[in-house]
Amino acid sequence: MSGRIKDVFSPETRSWEEFYRNRWQYDKVVRSTHGVNCTGSCSWFVYVKDGIITWELQANDYPDFNSDIPNYEPRGCQRGISASWYVYSPLRPKFPYIRGRLLDLWREARKSHSDPVEAWKSIVEDPEKRNSYVKKRGMGGFRRAGWDEVAEIISASLIYTIKKHGPDRIIGFTPIPAMSMISYASGARFLELIGGVCMSFYDWYCDLPPSSPQTWGEQTDVNESADWYNAGFIAVMGSNPHMTRTPDAHFLTEARYRGAKVAVFSPDFSQVSKNADFWIPVEQGHDMAFWMAANHVIMKEFYFDNPVDYFMEYARKYTDFPFLVKLKESGDAYEMGRFLRASEIDEMDNGEWILCVMDESGEIRIPNGSIGLRWGYEGKWNLEMKDARTGEEINVALTLIDGESVPVRFRYDGYGESIRHVPARKIRTKEGEIYVATVFDLFAAHLGISRGLEGDYPENYDDDRPFTPAWQEKYTGIGRSTVIKLARDWGENGAKTEGRNLVIIGPGLNHWYHNDLNYKAVITALILTGSVGKNGGGLAHYVGQEKVVPIGSWATVAFAGDWLKPPRLQNSPSFFYVHTDQWRYDRGAYVSSPDGLPGHPIDYNIKAVRLGWLPFYPQFNRNPIELVEEAVASGAKTDDEIRKWIVEKLKNGELKFAIEDPDAEENWPRVWFIWRGNPIGSSSKGHEYFLKHFVGSPNSNLMAKEVAKDFVQEVVWREKAPEGKLDLIVDLNFRMDTSAVYSDIVLPTAHWYEKNDLSSTDLHSFINCLGGATDPPWEAKSDWNIFKTIARKFSELAEKHFSQPVKDVVMAPLLHDTPEEITQPDVRDWKLGECEPIPGKTMPKLAVVERDYPNVYNRFISLGDGIKNIGAHGVSWNGDDIYEELLKELPAVEWDGKKRISLEDEVSVAEVILRFAPETNGEVSYRAFKDLEKKVGKELAKIIEPYRSVKITFSDVKAQPRRILTSPVWSGNITEGRAYSPYTLNVDLEIPWRTLSGRQEIYLDHPYYIAFDEALPTFKRKLDASVLDEIEVEDGLILNFITPHGKWSIHSTYYDNLRMLTLSRGGEVLWINDEDARSAGINDNDWIEVFNNNGVIVCRAIVSSRVPRGMCLMYHAPERTLYIPKSSVTGRRGGIHNSVTRARLKPLLMVGGYAQFSYYFNYWGPTGVNRDTLVLVRKLRR
Amino acid sequence: MDVRAQLVMIFHLDKCLGCHTCSISCKNIWTDRKGAEYMWWNNVETKPGAGYPRFWENQEKYKGGWVLKGNNVRLKAFGKLSTLLNIFYQPHMPKLEDYYHPWTYEYSKLYEGDEEDDQPVAEPISLITGEKMEIESGPNWDDDLGGSPLYAENDVNLEERRILNTFSRLFMFYLPRICNHCLNPACVAACPQRAIYKRGEDGIVLVDQETCRGWRFCVTACPYKKVYYNWNTGKSEKCIFCYPRTETAQANACAHSCVGKIRQVGVILYDADGIDDVIKSRDRDLVDAQRRIILDPNNENIVKLAKENGVPDSWIEAAKKSPAYDLIKRFEVAFPLHPEFRTVPMTFYIPPLSPILATQRIAYDVEDYEEIPTREMLRVPVKYLSSLFSAGNEEIIHEALDRMIALRHYMRAKNLGEEGDESILTKVGLDADRAERLYRLFTLAGYEERFAIPSARREYDAVDVEERKGMKGFGITTGPRGGI
Repeated sequence: MSGRIKDVFSPETRSWEEFYRNRWQYDKVVRSTHGVNCTGSCSWFVYVKDGIITWELQANDYPDFNSDIPNYEPRGCQRGISASWYVYSPLRPKFPYIRGRLLDLWREARKSHSDPVEAWKSIVEDPEKRNSYVKKRGMGGFRRAGWDEVAEIISASLIYTIKKHGPDRIIGFTPIPAMSMISYASGARFLELIGGVCMSFYDWYCDLPPSSPQTWGEQTDVNESADWYNAGFIAVMGSNPHMTRTPDAHFLTEARYRGAKVAVFSPDFSQVSKNADFWIPVEQGHDMAFWMAANHVIMKEFYFDNPVDYFMEYARKYTDFPFLVKLKESGDAYEMGRFLRASEIDEMDNGEWILCVMDESGEIRIPNGSIGLRWGYEGKWNLEMKDARTGEEINVALTLIDGESVPVRFRYDGYGESIRHVPARKIRTKEGEIYVATVFDLFAAHLGISRGLEGDYPENYDDDRPFTPAWQEKYTGIGRSTVIKLARDWGENGAKTEGRNLVIIGPGLNHWYHNDLNYKAVITALILTGSVGKNGGGLAHYVGQEKVVPIGSWATVAFAGDWLKPPRLQNSPSFFYVHTDQWRYDRGAYVSSPDGLPGHPIDYNIKAVRLGWLPFYPQFNRNPIELVEEAVASGAKTDDEIRKWIVEKLKNGELKFAIEDPDAEENWPRVWFIWRGNPIGSSSKGHEYFLKHFVGSPNSNLMAKEVAKDFVQEVVWREKAPEGKLDLIVDLNFRMDTSAVYSDIVLPTAHWYEKNDLSSTDLHSFINCLGGATDPPWEAKSDWNIFKTIARKFSELAEKHFSQPVKDVVMAPLLHDTPEEITQPDVRDWKLGECEPIPGKTMPKLAVVERDYPNVYNRFISLGDGIKNIGAHGVSWNGDDIYEELLKELPAVEWDGKKRISLEDEVSVAEVILRFAPETNGEVSYRAFKDLEKKVGKELAKIIEPYRSVKITFSDVKAQPRRILTSPVWSGNITEGRAYSPYTLNVDLEIPWRTLSGRQEIYLDHPYYIAFDEALPTFKRKLDASVLDEIEVEDGLILNFITPHGKWSIHSTYYDNLRMLTLSRGGEVLWINDEDARSAGINDNDWIEVFNNNGVIVCRAIVSSRVPRGMCLMYHAPERTLYIPKSSVTGRRGGIHNSVTRARLKPLLMVGGYAQFSYYFNYWGPTGVNRDTLVLVRKLRR
Repeated sequence: MDVRAQLVMIFHLDKCLGCHTCSISCKNIWTDRKGAEYMWWNNVETKPGAGYPRFWENQEKYKGGWVLKGNNVRLKAFGKLSTLLNIFYQPHMPKLEDYYHPWTYEYSKLYEGDEEDDQPVAEPISLITGEKMEIESGPNWDDDLGGSPLYAENDVNLEERRILNTFSRLFMFYLPRICNHCLNPACVAACPQRAIYKRGEDGIVLVDQETCRGWRFCVTACPYKKVYYNWNTGKSEKCIFCYPRTETAQANACAHSCVGKIRQVGVILYDADGIDDVIKSRDRDLVDAQRRIILDPNNENIVKLAKENGVPDSWIEAAKKSPAYDLIKRFEVAFPLHPEFRTVPMTFYIPPLSPILATQRIAYDVEDYEEIPTREMLRVPVKYLSSLFSAGNEEIIHEALDRMIALRHYMRAKNLGEEGDESILTKVGLDADRAERLYRLFTLAGYEERFAIPSARREYDAVDVEERKGMKGFGITTGPRGGI
């Protein structure tokens, strides 16, 4: 050993070591988390030294709840640990900023108008003045202003808008409440008190998997990540946990050492692929072909060749497989029709909503559990296979194979028609004799499993007909033997473990136009193996942080339900498709409509609004407050008479829905609040359309042509599309992001380490807090305090303009989990004379709401009585005593002669949310279970008895992450330390799913689904280039543009963080295959242009063989704010990922008033798909 | 026998997510300051790849580490003469562009800038000069096989470039790196100022910030390129193994923040007298030789010798509880990085498993497999791993992989509710008890189990401990001017 290396032992000679030790010292540690829609909800410790937030490290004190599963610590990723960089960064606006031109106009106007509302009017009603700032949005030129001044401008614009156009022209976009619930609630509560509109996000982000409501009647409910550890086989598809579930990914790597097998489906060698046993580079967007073929193998081998008892029992009890479908004669074969209804064979209340099965003796029976038995009945809504009329056990038949069969016509994309025999029985109904078949038999035939029946069945697995392993090869690029092998493994694992087959799935499948089909194929593989509702099994769909655990109490506070109902809640995909005028550029050719249905997405959407399927704001081409005034002036005395008057006007055409003429000035949205999100940047599918028409900025790169004119029927076509619909855009932010750059007013908000708030996620079962390590620096305020500031100024100005309360009519769609979900058994359009317009039945509800504008502030800061009777997902509970209890514990506020719980401080808001929620108050959970017992008719509440006294407070969650309680609002049973797995309550306690049959629905019998050949899980190809209207030229490198979530940001947050930029390539990049790059003369790190008719991106190239040929990856989501040169195509600054996308709405996702196909905010509706996109890529020409 | 204690870190590469959280916790606490911007004491590299600084493993270029000539081991870059000649010039030292030119952006222009005729953007500027610049390299430039034709394909460990272009064989994994706190540290040996030392009580290697004169011999000598020159202070700095944290029995910031739970930290006992034998071993014997000097903390004789050498009881107890001995020596699944550099590194890596190979005839098909794929089917070539972790000895890598796969096989049976087949285990030198321990260390081990770190024993220091209690943290105090 070298003589020069000697260990030095004596610490006293090493006093210099203090140097680093001093750096490690700190003054204070505070628990917080990041409100960034990452699903992490990780608990962090924030270190404060010398009054400065210096760094953060993960908390590692998650309580163990199951010693056989690894602990959750240390949750928190590379993005989260970069958060402290933002606090004092030069990117942070430290004071209120306002567009300089607007500030000048305002100060000038205020000189001649003492009334701020008049001042605002003088600006926006003068086209020249209005244009002078609107048409400069995004061009810089901000100036610092004071809080008083900006609050006055904002309030003046609101009052002006309410008076002139109506409150439904004021919108707010803030996403994902769960990431910071109180901050979400701040602006939402204010907007709903004034009658404004809250925009959805989950569907717009395309995070909502429509297949979930389709199959389970549930928005999304998924396994917490600890439950991955229980799995025996894990398929990871369209999801990259290492990148996007970073704090959870260890459960995946660890599960492998417990013997779980892992298959990763990803077209590129993604990060999670390294931990696969089998990496399957399936062609992007065609995963469903793989799984339809796998289903073919699974069903053939595990149901027919060697039936597995467990699977058969599961299919009988928990799926709609045994339910009867009517067959309709058509030419030489039969067509699949609607489910057979009780109303067709017997007299029952809600008989049109109760389905039938056949028992083994051939009798038609009516089992418990259909959705018609949920409403107006007691004790019949459960999964017991008993006759709802007699209570007798039903020996239900899954198949009718032993007997007659009839030819049924199936249609397959890329193949055409196929006539296959299906076992069927002739039965007698009120209408006469008809054939019926079980869903099970229809599906087996649809899959191509002949079972000895005649018809166009494939001979064997090598026969290239739907849906064999050989057939799928041309769509997936994966060999048949891999499909067979995997399907067998899947089946065997499912049988051996009784359902511990897990699918981790996400946007890689969900962002395609046919996302529901993509999902349904693999959901079917789970259902076939009895894997839903089992720990370690099921569909673990992970996207945004969508799960607000205490949803009932939170939503009441957030949407001011303690004061007023209903709120105005808008599905963003429809709203932005229409209001950013994307519909004008859309031929809608990718929808080939069956006869009798609209031909263009906007016409579908108009119909959906008219029939009460989807919301739409502004509602009418009139101010809703004026409308009520006019109704009253015309003699309407009661709310009912007001409604009647409005319906009459709609019917005779004097009053129109705003969506019928969205470009008319009176139908524009006017004021837009943005907080906690980046809707002009990361979330704007069709970003350049946003810039041009909605925002009105002069630098849109939009190149598409307006083509809709000849393809639309109902919507009014105006020759000139508006540019700059909004009067005012207000953004609350702690970083100067793309939305802030394009806003008129930027308000400095608190960072996540500077406020108190609540956070929850579906990835774990704890409730977490955000905590203030320091006060917000400079002039920043928390979101709650910002909206309080605005509310106070608003109320002050309202004294003059609305001295009396006014009445507003709120139009709202037919809602899921209410009796409205059983209103439209058939599609009947009152406008076409097919039925009468009846609000809440054949058309939207019309609610008359009183607005007390001068008291908006008082209501904002105090808790109204509406909190005492609340609920969610169809269960409800009373909290009179809880209100009294909290009134003693929390600060109170007195106004109008009454003492109420004060909501002035975020901590009080948190306490209210926690105390009124079943998930954090055992007594409330008990009451909610008791409520559900009435419908279900079974003992449920006993499972929560041991937890009845648990009460989680805000100081509890500040001290340590706290595990939530089992609640009937959700579907997972986590009693006795079980990991959260969805639908375990349904399976354990025989509680129905909230679907038509009450079971997991394979067959979707809504008439539109049948018309589009999407009633059964099936395969449809990606949208073809020829219908996209995106690429003009055919030469050059044309690639499928894919935007998965990446390593260096969470959406656009952290993208601009110096830590992340340093560890990545320092700016916007596109990943392309090395051979593709070579063919286009592109080298690594070259500047390139990426464009199509929607817009253009200028960025750097990353060349890598990890990416397959023919596709390119731009990780979601860059900002327009950093290091982007100008484009040679447009001469303007290049855009971002969304610059080359646009929204395409799938009509089947608009249907409503039909069981699980009923609207709920962020729950149902068309989604913002964006993967069926092609771009041309070339080197930047300078 | 000279028994000493050393804190070591073990990285389970199969579990590494490549997320870089470790790098940032380190950056936030230790190198977020002028002169240290470009330093990443902890970094994570994609393998195959070039790493940071670029192609650091190529000692033909950088001349780091030791070389064995006959029975002599000497620094590759320096003889006594060349030390004198090179005192003002380090010809083999990485240049800034081999690391990267650190940058930031003109962020505040976004809200403070004047109105323009197009949307303003924040342009990059140098963190060193403040001038505008183009971004052409970074500390993690070839992340996830980015620029694979330029970087991954030229990885010195990769035998066949074509693997990277063939979907049926393509692979990647991640390699997190800190200072290895070696037993035979080249940096210590190279320093003409003797500013670098290895701490006796825990083996942490430190650059004394008072003594260092910035000669940068250490930068050249370290074959891992884990000593960095701070251009602002004129001194070299490196990973300090978070001694302020480990001294107080807390895991290093990088290990604490490792969200993939790949890191374990603990005490090993080793025989310092054996180091000479290790560094003089033939390449293929280097790992075995290194294992030999790591001592069994449960052996009574070893314990006795350790005590005699002043290793505190609490450290011996920690060594017994430590995951390190089990993973490195008992189960032989953890390996040193590039042992052929002969610095005897004290961080250890468990090699990764990988997806099974596929065929690409008409369509892509995975290879036929049994219940759990065997080692021969894995994509990462053992040869590649042996180039990284065993100086080319493929057999010992085989053995480790087989052990990990057998564990999976055995545990799968138990997971399915079947009897585990112990013969699967015995073939690879495990039994039910050992498998249980290995399984726990790979999966269920909690914070205290992963990080068996004893606190420092400062009470043994020379001065009055009671006085230290009252004085600690006041830093530099001076007497009153002009005396009392």
